[in-house]
Amino acid sequence: MDKDNFLSVKGLKSGYAGNFMINHIDFDITKGSFTGIIGPNGSGKTTFFKTITGELPLMDGNIFLNNNCISSMQPRQKARKIAIVTQNTDAVDISVEDYVLMGRYPYKENFQLFDTAKDHELADKFMKLTGVSKFKNKLMNQLSGGEQQLVAIAKALAQEPELLLLDEPTSHLDISHQMQILNLIQKLNEDYNLTVLMIIHDLNLAAEFCDYLIMMDNGKIYVKGTPEEVLTYSNIEEVFKAIVITQENRITKKPSILLVSDRTYRNI
Amino acid sequence: MQINSKYLKQSFVIIILFVLLLFVAFLALSIGEINFTLTELIEIFRNKSGIEYTIINNIRLPRIILGIAVGGALSLSGVILQGVYRNPLVEPYTLGISGGASLGVAITIIFNLNMLIGVYMLPLSGFIGAVITTFLVYVLAVRKNYYNINKMLLIGVMISFMSSSAMMFLMSTTTAQNLNSIVFWIMGSLDEPNTLLVKVVLYISLLGLFLSYLLANPLNALRLGESKAKHLGVNTTFTIRVLFILASVLTGVSVSVAGVIGFVGLVIPHLLRVFIGSDNRFLLIASFLGGSIFILISDIIARTIIAPNELPIGVITGMIGGLVFIVVMSRSKMNV
Repeated sequence: MDKDNFLSVKGLKSGYAGNFMINHIDFDITKGSFTGIIGPNGSGKTTFFKTITGELPLMDGNIFLNNNCISSMQPRQKARKIAIVTQNTDAVDISVEDYVLMGRYPYKENFQLFDTAKDHELADKFMKLTGVSKFKNKLMNQLSGGEQQLVAIAKALAQEPELLLLDEPTSHLDISHQMQILNLIQKLNEDYNLTVLMIIHDLNLAAEFCDYLIMMDNGKIYVKGTPEEVLTYSNIEEVFKAIVITQENRITKKPSILLVSDRTYRNI
Repeated sequence: MQINSKYLKQSFVIIILFVLLLFVAFLALSIGEINFTLTELIEIFRNKSGIEYTIINNIRLPRIILGIAVGGALSLSGVILQGVYRNPLVEPYTLGISGGASLGVAITIIFNLNMLIGVYMLPLSGFIGAVITTFLVYVLAVRKNYYNINKMLLIGVMISFMSSSAMMFLMSTTTAQNLNSIVFWIMGSLDEPNTLLVKVVLYISLLGLFLSYLLANPLNALRLGESKAKHLGVNTTFTIRVLFILASVLTGVSVSVAGVIGFVGLVIPHLLRVFIGSDNRFLLIASFLGGSIFILISDIIARTIIAPNELPIGVITGMIGGLVFIVVMSRSKMNV
């Protein structure tokens, strides 16, 4: 196997029993890359993530992380390598600090009850990094959605993962929080060489932040490649059934997608 | 291991509860038809003879120990189930455990099965009833080793309804004398002449506290939801199964010896969350102590308020529990 292939997905098939399935998923990503997964609702993006985390069974194929088959890893061993931030964080009555400390669970011995000094040190470090230290004694359900997401990222970092999965981390946030979180993820990706795999709906943000994109449709990979290769007019029209104008942004040199309404389309 | 200074408050509450339990236990020993002072009690225990010693040692002490064990067990299983189901309204009886136990006892009384093994028959049939219901709930909710927590809860509630209907059927067709024994049993009492049974309940509830405490961290992780707990590497299937069985055994054992004492498993955990937060590393111990204190206080009231007669303890737990609960909840800023 190629040494560059940090995460390698081979002929993956998975899904809910008798229901929706993803099939023929094949791709490799390198260590330290920032990959975006895009596609319409119901195209299988979250199903794919659930297969990686083991919530859904692997029906066929394999997923390798550093050449280790992830389905044979122990749960805690896997949680030390892969962390996930989901769309919404539960508003629970747990303090921010305790929430982040839960990220240290995979490193606890069986039946170890209290956190070590190192656990506290790392939790403090990642709360600082994500800018949530100032409300570490507040409860999660007292925070705004954006703040909760930052805490969830801090918890994921406390797992000291090699691969960070993000399932639409900014989907219901305003643009200032969207940018705050995506800039943070980009910084983590660059400074810590953390490999990022992110499901994202906003195609412009996908083009801006990701260096590799996988476009899914109907449980399969429709196309994969650089943002320039993937975000073309015909791909987007075919997969999203939407009318768009694609162009290269003159300043950032990245693909830029403009949505066009039916009425405007009729008038041009 | 480092016990951070942020845990000071929780540790303090636990110490207070422990002191309070000792105090209430002392009250329970001294208050009754004959009241004793502390010096008298010490004297009685030193002499180990006389009618006073018999009252204290054979009547009041077993009752106190049973109260501590039953209160702790019910309250503990409330915390466990509320944690596993992530539902604040779940209590040990929601899952049909008490219904099953009552049905078992009713069948034993009506069909006169007491003769089989004597005094152990009622508790045993209660326990068997509890085990059968729990088993049914579990088996019906599990499919291919995957269980849906909410389904389990709903099935539990339905089984609970069904067993109480079956009970009503049996009660409406039996003799007045049988009816009397059934109602008496259901109302619950800490009056248990058999010290072996008292010991069994005590050991099982302490063992339950120890075992559930070992799982305090996975139980904490389950507060984020089953899938998020899985993401952290928690073996959720194992954790939920073990905790479910523990809670069932704790409830089954207490119900079969002390009858259906309601409300402890719901009220005490909520009450303590207000003071101690919902970190299970503290809440489990605090709830056990709190449950014991609550039962002892209720029992003191139950046996003194209309002395020499005795009220069923369930009446007191319901009244005081409900009242205290409403007052604390409506004043606290906590979200349930």
